[in-house]
Amino acid sequence: MNEMASKLFSWVNKRLPIVNTFERHMSKHPVPSKVNFWYLFGALAAVTLIIQIVSGIWLIMPYSNTEEEAFSSIEYIMRDVDYGWVIRYIHTTGASLFFAVVYLHMFRGLLYGSYQKPRELVWIFGCTIYLAMMAEGFLGYVLPYGQMSYWGAQVIISLFGAIPYIGESLELWVRGDYYISGITVSRFFALHVVALPLVLIALVFLHLVALHEVGAGNPEGVDIEEHLDEDGIPLDSVPFFPYKVLNALVAIGVFMTVFSIIMFFFPEGGGYFIEMANFQKANPLVTPDHIAPVWYYAPFYTMLRAVPDPLGGLIVMASAVAIFFIVPWLDRSKVASIRYKGIFSKIALTLFGVSFLTLGYLGTVGVTEIRKLVSIICTVIYFSYFLLMPIYTKYEKTKEVPERL
Amino acid sequence: MQEKDKTRRKVLIGLTSAVGLSGLPFAATPFIAAWNPSAKAKAAGAPVKLDVSKMQYGQQIQVAWRKQPVFIVRHTKESLASLDLTLPKLADPNSDQIVELYKGLNLSRSKSPEYSVMSGVCTHLGCAPKYFPEVEPKPWDATWSGGFFCPCHGSMFDIVGRVFKGVPAPTNLVVPPHMFEGSILTIGEDKDL
Repeated sequence: MNEMASKLFSWVNKRLPIVNTFERHMSKHPVPSKVNFWYLFGALAAVTLIIQIVSGIWLIMPYSNTEEEAFSSIEYIMRDVDYGWVIRYIHTTGASLFFAVVYLHMFRGLLYGSYQKPRELVWIFGCTIYLAMMAEGFLGYVLPYGQMSYWGAQVIISLFGAIPYIGESLELWVRGDYYISGITVSRFFALHVVALPLVLIALVFLHLVALHEVGAGNPEGVDIEEHLDEDGIPLDSVPFFPYKVLNALVAIGVFMTVFSIIMFFFPEGGGYFIEMANFQKANPLVTPDHIAPVWYYAPFYTMLRAVPDPLGGLIVMASAVAIFFIVPWLDRSKVASIRYKGIFSKIALTLFGVSFLTLGYLGTVGVTEIRKLVSIICTVIYFSYFLLMPIYTKYEKTKEVPERL
Repeated sequence: MQEKDKTRRKVLIGLTSAVGLSGLPFAATPFIAAWNPSAKAKAAGAPVKLDVSKMQYGQQIQVAWRKQPVFIVRHTKESLASLDLTLPKLADPNSDQIVELYKGLNLSRSKSPEYSVMSGVCTHLGCAPKYFPEVEPKPWDATWSGGFFCPCHGSMFDIVGRVFKGVPAPTNLVVPPHMFEGSILTIGEDKDL
């Protein structure tokens, strides 16, 4: 029996590079021997993507993408489909945690200079994934056709209208109707369940292929390729399998626990994961008193609101995302990690973090004069972090990076 | 490979690519055009008619045209006369910054001196402003003299839909094409235009 199995395996392996691929990307793929918990969020993001795809496929089955039935089909999933509520809450909780994990993953990048040479493309693919996720999240939020789906989409689609000359016809073209109707919902459905997931999976593939070409970074910013053993393997490395895989499995265990606690006990996340207004069916004639985006868009929404002109707001908001793409060329520091960067980088990153969180909070509450002022200040800090980076990273005093990890 | 063959290959690649590229707009047309409003959506967006003679003075009603709110306000003589009081607060009192259908025809900005007809979609980001006709201090304006307030981002408009200075909305509320036949108001169509 054993002999038969190994014969079969070798038959397949001659026709499909199983062993080669496993060795190249797993058992012989060197990764830095010393990293910390910040390096776990990539694996968690991959797990969340799989959770979203599986729960998403199951949600498609009972969901109806028409104007009349979209909202009631969600209630049908929640009440009448066996375990439908679990599957929907997995998907909504997954969406929020996907963003949480990705934000931490991105922050890790800024913290340890993961975008620096030779990992620029890894970073750019990552930024593109984030952009695709934002679109994916927005499209998905429209599908239940609740009040916040409708009015959130109204605000976002109006942004197209702010583009000079072609704006209004572009808006009509995107909606396919004079208001956000079943026509809009069904096209968003197609994009949400087919087009963007394909794009996301392709981008994740590129992100990983590029990463495995240049190798993972580490919190010291040490280039482990500098010191190799006689076989050409970095001395400060361990094979990805089993070391990192087991590491990740523990992290996934903890993550799943957190996931389950939220999903079973706080699925609405206090109105931050699913907003209260979305438990009402969309009504084009009545705007909810308070329109707020889901928490993961909130910082950008605050920037949009801070500018007293739709086109200007659109430009600021788009730049806030776009600026991430050029970070590898904004950082002129000799060192990668915050541990060896100077005091200005540390202050700048702290201020950036604080302003991002403040912008996020302000996006979920109403506008007052003082909050408007704070949001303008935070927007300025947010952009200064990036735009002043070439200056403070170049001229500050950095510490000596050790030779070995 | 001979030099001549290389040139031939280049020409072939160039020609086939050019033919392929010129076909691209044709191939893209159905995919782009399929996103336009369909015949069904256009039919559902046809003009609406209603009788406005039953409206109270000072009352505001809201009808749906293309599922978007359209505000109709029946003004009193006093409220129209008091429009001058809000003039200093307005950003564009004569609608010079936008293309307005019935510019300068009536104080009400519509085809009728008594009724205002305007789109109930905030020119900022498309929320529906709310009607507060009372002349009394409001949390958003201590010298409020009646008008529309948008709860989303705090834009303010006067009772005929003209935008205030210093609010997020950039322009006055849009006046849709409309016509009065006696007391029958048609929104979405104007035979005189």
